[in-house]
Amino acid sequence: MSIEIRNVTKRFGEHTAVDGVSLLVESGSLTALLGPSGSGKSTLLRLVAGLETPDAGEIVLSGELATSLAPQQRNVGFVFQHYAAFKHMTVHDNVAFGLKIRKRPKAEIAARVEELLTLVGLQAYGRRYPAQLSGGQRQRMALARALAPEPKVLLLDEPFGALDARVRAELRDWLRRLHDEVHVTTVFVTHDQEEAMEVADRVAVLNEGRLEQVGSPLELYDTPSSEFVMRFVGDAHRLADRLVRPHDIALAREPYGSSVEVEVERIRVLGADARVDLVDGEGERLVARIPREELEQLGLERGEIVWAAPAAERVFAG
Amino acid sequence: MRRYAPRVVALGYLTGILLAPLAMVFWRTFDHGVSPFWHALTNGETLHAFQVTLLLTVIAVPLNTVFGVVVGLAIVRHRFPGKGLLNAFIDLPLALSPVVVGLALFLLYGRTGWFGSWLTRHGVQMLFAWPAMALATIFVSVPFVAREVIPTLRELGDEQEQAAVTLGASAWQTFRRITLPSIRWAVVYGVVLTTARCLGEFGAVAIVSGRIVGRTETATLRVQDAYENFDSTGAYTVGLVLAAIAVVVLVVMTLTKPKEQTA
Repeated sequence: MSIEIRNVTKRFGEHTAVDGVSLLVESGSLTALLGPSGSGKSTLLRLVAGLETPDAGEIVLSGELATSLAPQQRNVGFVFQHYAAFKHMTVHDNVAFGLKIRKRPKAEIAARVEELLTLVGLQAYGRRYPAQLSGGQRQRMALARALAPEPKVLLLDEPFGALDARVRAELRDWLRRLHDEVHVTTVFVTHDQEEAMEVADRVAVLNEGRLEQVGSPLELYDTPSSEFVMRFVGDAHRLADRLVRPHDIALAREPYGSSVEVEVERIRVLGADARVDLVDGEGERLVARIPREELEQLGLERGEIVWAAPAAERVFAG
Repeated sequence: MRRYAPRVVALGYLTGILLAPLAMVFWRTFDHGVSPFWHALTNGETLHAFQVTLLLTVIAVPLNTVFGVVVGLAIVRHRFPGKGLLNAFIDLPLALSPVVVGLALFLLYGRTGWFGSWLTRHGVQMLFAWPAMALATIFVSVPFVAREVIPTLRELGDEQEQAAVTLGASAWQTFRRITLPSIRWAVVYGVVLTTARCLGEFGAVAIVSGRIVGRTETATLRVQDAYENFDSTGAYTVGLVLAAIAVVVLVVMTLTKPKEQTA
């Protein structure tokens, strides 16, 4: 049940939301569309669902051309940021909706709804109305509803965006486990790089409607193909005209190689790591993340002068 | 004392403007006991007037309900040229005096009017008969359902509808199972207001009906007719029944409407 996006462009008036994007989402994978707001990630997801029509390009769902199919015919599950719960229906009826539309036998619907409510941990809530659920519960209901008709692909548009931090982290883990259990091809949109890196097998980074890079979280982090990706998928700082990750800054008491003189502005120990805020001669701020032992060996103090250099490997030439 | 001031002003205003005249009608109706009231009510002309009003209401309310919902959906959910104009036109009956509407219909459907001459030649009687009266009633009661439905649809947003579509629901299924249940109270409220407006219509119908007693006379026209003929009990009786219907409808609506929707 793969998704193939072929050279898709979508314009809204003067604005080009998606600009010639091609992307292959493999069957059974969990893929994140990552980008800042306005990067076109949600539009791309809605194009796959058929909620928007592309101005150019093609959408192929499990080998079948779907560009001109109505959303009803695409058999996709869609989860919205603000749940889109059917407020006048009970949780049970929400989940049963897609099955009732397909005129499945009553007994089958009841069994399937029960199974899904158990899967999302809402078996005790079937008779409640969405207004009586918390945000996290509503989103799990929405997920069960989307999964009920056994969609070919599951699409989630900023599914955790409206939830508070603790529930978001919980649901993230839960989505990952759910995907390992259900194996439906899943694409979710997020602007949170941590979320994308933590949950997804593959991450597609979008910027201004264009696809910047696709790869595993590790590939994006270690070998970003552009400055944008480098800055977006993790902290990055400019040091000696190069972009460097905080872990890739080495500190020394003596100048060496291409090292730059910097002043220690602040030191914070966070468990096994230490975060050292630095400022260079031109007033530019950067952060080094070094192991705690190294900090102790160096014996750094606030206000001291040290020499910083990019560690040889994992450096992106910006 | 200061925090009571708004309530006192509001209640005082309503008492003076609404309740006192209503009480007056009630009192004058039963001035000479119940029997003249009953006599006036069961009078053939009065009963016929109520029948005519009922007929016009039964024609206008369903049509304007369907129209109001369709127009509401068109304005909120679709983009098309002339949308702003349509939105403004819905309010026209509120701004325009019903007398002007009556006059316009008169000019259109009169024997020398644009449509009138053609219709007369084909034996269709519009003026001084129920067709023109129905048109007038429909015209003046157009805005209410649409005006209730539009803000509710806006607030509702279209995410639930999109969710239904991705779950396989057709446009009609989505409307029937998602949109309509979500806007039902707005529709009910609009229907109530439309009904009230139809029952109370006077100006436009007065012009196009010809006010033929026992034939094209509506309840409101009956009130004036009775009053002008020094049949004050008859006038008050019909007036009281119209007022009573309005009060009953409002009370029923307030009781049935869910709490969170009262605003």
